Amino acid sequence: MVFMNNLVEINKLAFQRNSRAIFKDVDIFIPQGKVTAIMGPSGTGKTTLLRLIGGQLIPAKGSIKVAGQEVPKLSRHALYNLRKRMGMLFQTGGLFTHLTVFENVAFPLREHTKLSNSMIRSLVLMKLEMVGLRGARNLMPSELSGGMGRRVALARAIALDPELIMYDEPFSGQDPISMGVLVKLIRTLNDALGLTTVIVSHDVQETLSISDYAYVISDGGIIGKGTADSINNNQSPQLQQFLQGLPDGPVPFHYPGNSLERDLMSENMHA
Amino acid sequence: MLNHVAELGQLGLDVLRKYGRAGILLYRAVFRVPNIRKGFPLVVQQIYAEGVLSLLIIVVSALFIGMVVALQGYHTLSKFGAAQQLGPLVALSVARELGPVVTALLFAGRAGSALAAEIGLMKATDQLSSMEMMAVDPLQRVIAPRFWGGFISMPLLAIIFNIVAIYGAYLVGVKWLGMDAGAFWSNMQSAVDFRLDILNGIYKSVVFGVVVTWIALYQGYDAVPTSAGIANATTRTVVYSSLAVLGLDFVLTAMMIGGW
Amino acid sequence: MLSQRVIETVVGLFLLAAILALVALAFKVSGLTTFFKQEGYDITAAFDDIGQLKVRGSVKIGGVTVGEVTDIKIDPASFKAVVTMRINSAVNDIPTDSSASILTAGLLGDNYIAITPMYSKDFLKNGGEIPETHSAMILEKLIGQFLFSIGHPGEKNTEEDKGAKK
Repeated sequence: MVFMNNLVEINKLAFQRNSRAIFKDVDIFIPQGKVTAIMGPSGTGKTTLLRLIGGQLIPAKGSIKVAGQEVPKLSRHALYNLRKRMGMLFQTGGLFTHLTVFENVAFPLREHTKLSNSMIRSLVLMKLEMVGLRGARNLMPSELSGGMGRRVALARAIALDPELIMYDEPFSGQDPISMGVLVKLIRTLNDALGLTTVIVSHDVQETLSISDYAYVISDGGIIGKGTADSINNNQSPQLQQFLQGLPDGPVPFHYPGNSLERDLMSENMHA
Repeated sequence: MLNHVAELGQLGLDVLRKYGRAGILLYRAVFRVPNIRKGFPLVVQQIYAEGVLSLLIIVVSALFIGMVVALQGYHTLSKFGAAQQLGPLVALSVARELGPVVTALLFAGRAGSALAAEIGLMKATDQLSSMEMMAVDPLQRVIAPRFWGGFISMPLLAIIFNIVAIYGAYLVGVKWLGMDAGAFWSNMQSAVDFRLDILNGIYKSVVFGVVVTWIALYQGYDAVPTSAGIANATTRTVVYSSLAVLGLDFVLTAMMIGGW
Repeated sequence: MLSQRVIETVVGLFLLAAILALVALAFKVSGLTTFFKQEGYDITAAFDDIGQLKVRGSVKIGGVTVGEVTDIKIDPASFKAVVTMRINSAVNDIPTDSSASILTAGLLGDNYIAITPMYSKDFLKNGGEIPETHSAMILEKLIGQFLFSIGHPGEKNTEEDKGAKK
């Protein structure tokens, strides 16, 4: 899919870890202003992809362009400037445990802007209001539930009004209410603030319900891409096993090994 | 057979890479133009966390060590009729060896392990990654202040250890065992040279401070981001720091006795 | 987490405590009288036997420390031990005919050099040499002399006199 405005363009990406190929020749385009989902089974390197986009990892081959800039080739200074335009929400939240909720959200503002304390206070309160946690601003991260913590991390990620925001498994381990809250928040923020959103998740239904476009990755390559509808209608068995959560299919149920008869027999013989 | 040789070689390479990473960590955290305005409060916070909070264990240990050295020393020296030399015995033992070394070992156990655990935990909960993605260099913001905190705290703690230990010896020697206070102090003063004994001890503690803090920060930063990984990092910090301190102590003492 | 102001105050106190401790260490423990290296001048003296004298040993006049030993070398021609001493510039009136002896501080103490001033009106300057020296008293030699004098009453052991004359 090629759109008029791709905020992120990944071409022919190749990346290895410990001599295992995580990505082989992958093309991904993230259109501006839309919510794009990147899904796939665990361990296929979805988080790695976000780190590659953010410049924390360098690809073995291929190009990663964010807002027209070639990320792996940027100098430290330029990379840091680019990162100010990105927000990232980690799976664990990544809140600073020694700061209050307020201070956590204020952190990027204090670091990168010279705004006065009252300006910062207003901005922090507004961001917290957007995620519905303005009243919790004086709590410490240890006093928050998982879902609340993630919302605070979200408020922090949008503190500098980024253009691109990336979510790493935002829905994992959430109860239905928190899940509902997060789902609604992600979509609302994207539209209200004109963000470009990338969601990495394996919660298929929730993610597809708010995504404009989606990529499904497995085994280092893309096994499906398109709008939510086109993916659901795609009949590839690999894709369908993933989407429907079928226990057996192209990804087998049994861990590879000998047949059951052989194992039982050999146990009897070598008791 | 060849497998074992290959494994050994791989081990050697891994160790080399670890040292390289540790060196790069130190370089990137320390050898940078510092932002005094932003960095100063952070360093002060770390001096508090590493230095002030270690004071209790340092002072208590110093007191007891001074008292024990005086007690043991007095009884042994008395056999040679040299009980008057208690002052020099204690002062030289403490200032040259016990002060810097015991302080460093205690520091490694208390502050070093806390540092490693804290940094390891920050890594495991993605706090360091979040900082990076927010365009704030965690090496400057988290690692560097802790390094300078340890660098400054250690010599200060060693100095306080020295004086408290000598005071403890004074309590035992003069107040309890009945030595003459005047003899105690004047013999000590004539035997202890400021530059060669006190200052050398302080130089040692500076070196130990660098080494212990560096090891603690590296172990935390490089820890496997799981609870087992953090536990390992903490124990490794204490073990490696202790070994390094004792080894360096020997090297430094040899250099100092040989006249630098 | 305590407020920043409290932390700064406490750290300041910590620093103050350490500085006071250092001052106490300097003056009470090591008897530092002046911080800066005093100006001084060098003189030498040649001894037959320096005993346990070491570099950094004290140089005293009348029991008061006026300098320290900076170097001990052997003179290849005369096989004597040449000791270089650094004397405080404040003490610049040591007569040129003074004598230097190596004594022991107390029974188990270190050796030090004692200078006994004489009557000359010329004073030692940088590079000067003390002409008359008395070597350290070696315990074994003393015992040997004692045994000798017991065995041979009335005879003099000339070793000590030889040393004094040189």
